[in-house]
Amino acid sequence: MTTKDPRDELVDHLPALRAFALSLTRNGSIADDMVQDTVVKAWTNLDKFEKGTNMRAWLFTILRNTFYSNRRKAKREVADVDGVFTNNMAEKPAHDGKLQMTDFRKAFAQLPDEQRETLILVGANGFSYEEAAGMCGVAVGTIKSRANRGRKHLAELMHLDENDAIEMTDSATVAIVASNGSSAF
Amino acid sequence: MGKDGTNDKARALIDANLKRVFEEQLEADLPDSLKDLLEQLRAQSDGDPQDKQK
Repeated sequence: MTTKDPRDELVDHLPALRAFALSLTRNGSIADDMVQDTVVKAWTNLDKFEKGTNMRAWLFTILRNTFYSNRRKAKREVADVDGVFTNNMAEKPAHDGKLQMTDFRKAFAQLPDEQRETLILVGANGFSYEEAAGMCGVAVGTIKSRANRGRKHLAELMHLDENDAIEMTDSATVAIVASNGSSAF
Repeated sequence: MGKDGTNDKARALIDANLKRVFEEQLEADLPDSLKDLLEQLRAQSDGDPQDKQK
């Protein structure tokens, strides 16, 4: 069995890395800068990557560390972004009974960073709670709590209740729910 | 009803939407700047004897 060159494997994960960066930053140019920083760090530290372990998890960890490090450095600017965010939160999703993806994206963007990243790791990427906890450097219980609070927050923002959860979406999402939903968690 | 107070259908819907949003982003083309960076890194690695030993 041949082992794939880790540099090639790294390139394979770039789309997911960029998607993760976009979900964290909500800004394309900042996300691209962060991905570039992450790629340089990963490329120059490939000897530290343990073969046989999850490279995507390793790359995501580097990227999120870069994100939080940058955020600490630019605390003032982040506070400004939060101000814009707060204004957006005042706008209720206008779905009129139909949940649109636009509404979902808006609602998702309003989540605190920690809840957003947890849902992307666990909900979208399928990392286990244990893996996500390792990547975020927190306890498993913390990740579970963030995921639960994130979902609850999204349900509130989108005004989902027990009776209209499925009816409020489009056929494509219903199909995904039908095929994946029961096994998601 | 889940521990977070959301019902199972709502949770499934939220998670399905999360996957859709993420998968849509996966389909986006990588920016040229990132492709250029990869070329530079590969060129550096190819010229670095230490990297060749890896």
